[in-house]
Amino acid sequence: MNKTARVALVALLCIGAAACSKKQEVKPQPQPEQQPATQPAPESNKYTPADLDTDACLRQRVVYFDFDKTEIKPEFQQIMACHAKYLQDRPESHIRLEGNTDERGTREYNLGLGERRGNAVSDALQANGGSASQVEVISYGKEKPVCREHNEDCWSKNRRVEIVYTAK
Amino acid sequence: MRHLKSLFALALLCLAALVAAPAGAQSLNVDIVGGLKTATPIAVVPFAQNGGAPLATDVADVIRNDFNRSGKFRALAKSEIVESPSRGADIKFATWRLLKQDYITVGRISDAGGGLLRVEYELWDVNKQQSLLSQAFTAPAGDLRGVAHQIADQIYEKITGVRGAFWTRIAYVTAVGLGNNTTYSLIVADSDGYNPQVVARSRESLLSPAWSPDGKKIAYVSFESGNSQVYVQDITTGSRQLVAAHKKGINGAPAWSPDGSKLAVSLSYVGNPEIFVIDMASRHETRLTNSLSIDTEPTWSADGQSIYFTSDRSGRPQVYQMSASGGSPTRISFEGQNNANADVSYDGKLIAMVQGNGNVYRIAIMDRSLGGQVRFISPGPIDDSPSFAPNASMLLYAATEGRRGVLYAVSADGQVRQRLVLSDGDVREPAWGPYRQR
Repeated sequence: MNKTARVALVALLCIGAAACSKKQEVKPQPQPEQQPATQPAPESNKYTPADLDTDACLRQRVVYFDFDKTEIKPEFQQIMACHAKYLQDRPESHIRLEGNTDERGTREYNLGLGERRGNAVSDALQANGGSASQVEVISYGKEKPVCREHNEDCWSKNRRVEIVYTAK
Repeated sequence: MRHLKSLFALALLCLAALVAAPAGAQSLNVDIVGGLKTATPIAVVPFAQNGGAPLATDVADVIRNDFNRSGKFRALAKSEIVESPSRGADIKFATWRLLKQDYITVGRISDAGGGLLRVEYELWDVNKQQSLLSQAFTAPAGDLRGVAHQIADQIYEKITGVRGAFWTRIAYVTAVGLGNNTTYSLIVADSDGYNPQVVARSRESLLSPAWSPDGKKIAYVSFESGNSQVYVQDITTGSRQLVAAHKKGINGAPAWSPDGSKLAVSLSYVGNPEIFVIDMASRHETRLTNSLSIDTEPTWSADGQSIYFTSDRSGRPQVYQMSASGGSPTRISFEGQNNANADVSYDGKLIAMVQGNGNVYRIAIMDRSLGGQVRFISPGPIDDSPSFAPNASMLLYAATEGRRGVLYAVSADGQVRQRLVLSDGDVREPAWGPYRQR
């Protein structure tokens, strides 16, 4: 294929991507900044599995990270606290932390980075009273992006740890 | 439902974009990115066929394509070939001198009986009017591409003095479909992307294929169990073994020792990714690194004495070298913000790596014989997985174009780049296999 044709193909793909991105805007994306005000359950009140679907804090299951960083940002401390409390309230419950990265960098290195983020969330849960035996970490690196465009907006959505309850 | 609709729309759009690509999915495209002043002009005349049904493979065409993507040769376009000698005695050298050709290859194909074909060829020096090679192959019609690659290898070696690596295979991973409906395939194909064969298929990600030195097995990482695990699979029989499957942490980045007796891997069950070596006979694991950083992507030097790997012990990922028996590593990459995923040429002189600067990731080659001088051979912005051909004349690497991953073959001097159009899906993780044995 000559240069012109290659440029045309890339342009077409870009138009396709742009059109797709427009469509995707309809779908609500969990945004790090948009956290509804939460009312932590009173101490006397233990969490139940039903709260996972109804409690405004427990329903938040994604922790986002800055580029090349593994620190838990302050806005996610509250989420750490409520999930840790759930683990304490429900000793039979179990969480899988799925670490993910953006597309930059090599696949195997990103596996390591995703794991580091998963470990950071695991540490935060334990610091808040969760038990290590209730938490496992798995890294997908950049294998499971939720967004596939090549820009910071998209990358910020992919740099995440997903909290998955494998036992409630 | 809305989500599904948008997914469907995306699929249609991408399909439309692909259909609109004029070259289609079948042809291979040579993308000359620099001057070819040093490329040797050579004419490869279409091979004459004596009887029999028309052949599906144009042998001369396969040879021409091999030469063109090597960067070392410039094959005369088929349309400019005005005469069609099939034997040295029939070559009118004045014609080819006028066309400024240094060399000419002629050949003929005949029925050898029993479903076999006999392919004969000759290589001549146009200026000296001297025969350089005259060889014959007998092979089934289905293996004509293989014969063509072997002819290209012999000519390449005769003229350059370097063993050819066209008759080799490559491995790569494709991802077809979207989201949870993605199918991952580990594929083995000829070095030019033809004859793809699925080696393994999974609904979960496959990555990091690594050829055993004898070319019979491939080690790779599969997420099919949920977590990353390292398998070794026999390409011919399909039988496979799980060789690294710690329940906790990453089991990744397999790399064979040059003698095939050991597999270096990155395991994080100890808390963070460290380099280990697994003895394939005893399955004993020996830990080589000990740091709080990510240590991964090991690769062996050809003499088996050293292991190169990626570590972010200095803050950002960089390439390190250590003894294959462990010990203190030495950092070898100092240019650019970060460097990773090294691959070493057979002679140890060249080390290819992914260099990241800002948001741009390109393939860089460090020439250790020139004091560690680094040059780029790919344009970025998201290039990965450099893999040397066994003669180090070319490399494969993965690039991202739009939402698609594609593979490029590039000459080691970066002068000629060719996109391998292998699949309509997302293609990544190329690994160039070893020389094949006749």
